Amino acid sequence: MNDMKSMPDNMPSSPERRRFIGAATVAAGVTLVPGVMLIEVAHGRPEDQPASSAVRWGMLIDATKCATGCDDCVTACSTENGWTPVAESAHPRQAPQWIRKLELQDPLTQKETNLPMLCQHCGDAPCIDVCPTGASFRRADGIVLVNRHTCIGCRYCMMACPYKARSLVHEPLHDTQKPDVPRGMGCVEACTFCVQKLDRGDGTTACAEACTNDAILFGDMNDPDSAIARRLRELPTKEVRADLNLDLSVRYHGI
Amino acid sequence: MAGKMKRLLALAAVILTTAALAWAGSDDQAKASGAPKPVIEKAVKGEQCVEPNDFMRRNHMKLLLHQRDETVLEGIRTKKYSLKECIDCHASEKTGSVAASKDDFCVSCHSYAAVKIDCFDCHSTKPQGSVTMHPLNVETAHYAYKRAAQANRKVSVEEKAGIAQ
Repeated sequence: MNDMKSMPDNMPSSPERRRFIGAATVAAGVTLVPGVMLIEVAHGRPEDQPASSAVRWGMLIDATKCATGCDDCVTACSTENGWTPVAESAHPRQAPQWIRKLELQDPLTQKETNLPMLCQHCGDAPCIDVCPTGASFRRADGIVLVNRHTCIGCRYCMMACPYKARSLVHEPLHDTQKPDVPRGMGCVEACTFCVQKLDRGDGTTACAEACTNDAILFGDMNDPDSAIARRLRELPTKEVRADLNLDLSVRYHGI
Repeated sequence: MAGKMKRLLALAAVILTTAALAWAGSDDQAKASGAPKPVIEKAVKGEQCVEPNDFMRRNHMKLLLHQRDETVLEGIRTKKYSLKECIDCHASEKTGSVAASKDDFCVSCHSYAAVKIDCFDCHSTKPQGSVTMHPLNVETAHYAYKRAAQANRKVSVEEKAGIAQ
């Protein structure tokens, strides 16, 4: 600082000095990055970087807010991912369903509960255990996916899944797929947590965006400041079939 | 009567033989020139592919295979070697697709080389874009920039005549 004071006030700084200051700023920026990076990774990872285990995507479904007869999440999912809604399918009993609405009633108390059911993106997924080709896999950020390049359509995973979350595509799709969501006859598929949106940096899923009752909250469960982590801390939530110890990424409140 | 019959038969035989020879001859000609060469439509966008043409012709499958595993397993979605970007540039102007008709970019060469492509069993053959999503533009939206460029060109005499009429 003394050096600077010794300089006359009106003297322009030399190019060398400018360059030095520039380099120093860059260096300071780099040292700051590690602290900031965690948040950067969660919301908009650079496209040349692999998914990181620093993030664990998760979903909180509030069954007390989920409305009877509403299927906005299901419609949004089918629009985003290009699967035909079951009602419009020629063979509804075997039509693929990535998310479906359940209406439950307690036989004793007659209490009705509404909830969407989808792939629970288990930490210890039974579908991955049984897959004979390694096509079922869990990405570093906790998303359970099917690699269609190796899936042989054997459907072991559909048998193994306790949530009936997976479907097989039985019929040719005739080039109706979305460019971001490849799908094909003879492959098993399920909810992907809208992986194409997450990789783009949207940080949310089509169903969470579409829910008008705020019943679906999506986010990074590893980030203590994320909305979902804060909500999970204050709200009592349950895993479906918690007895199976599958370490689910989808949690329900009010069931 | 019998003589007339014989003459007719002989005539028929001559005609048939000539026809057969002519047919065989034409077949020989076709064989000499080989199977029809693939139609390689120029990419709609850009001047140069991501690598030189010769390299791409021999190695595009390796690039796609490598990119495919990185994208599916790790979520790396760089654009340079992605199938989606191939489709964005190479979709045909007529069909808006790389594999809908036999002259479309991918199909044309692959049928010439007799190599089956599985990509489009699952992948869409059509490009995507914010404009493309509009139902009115689904088929041709990615040519919008081209049409805009054409709008600036000089109008030919024939076209002027057409407009006058």
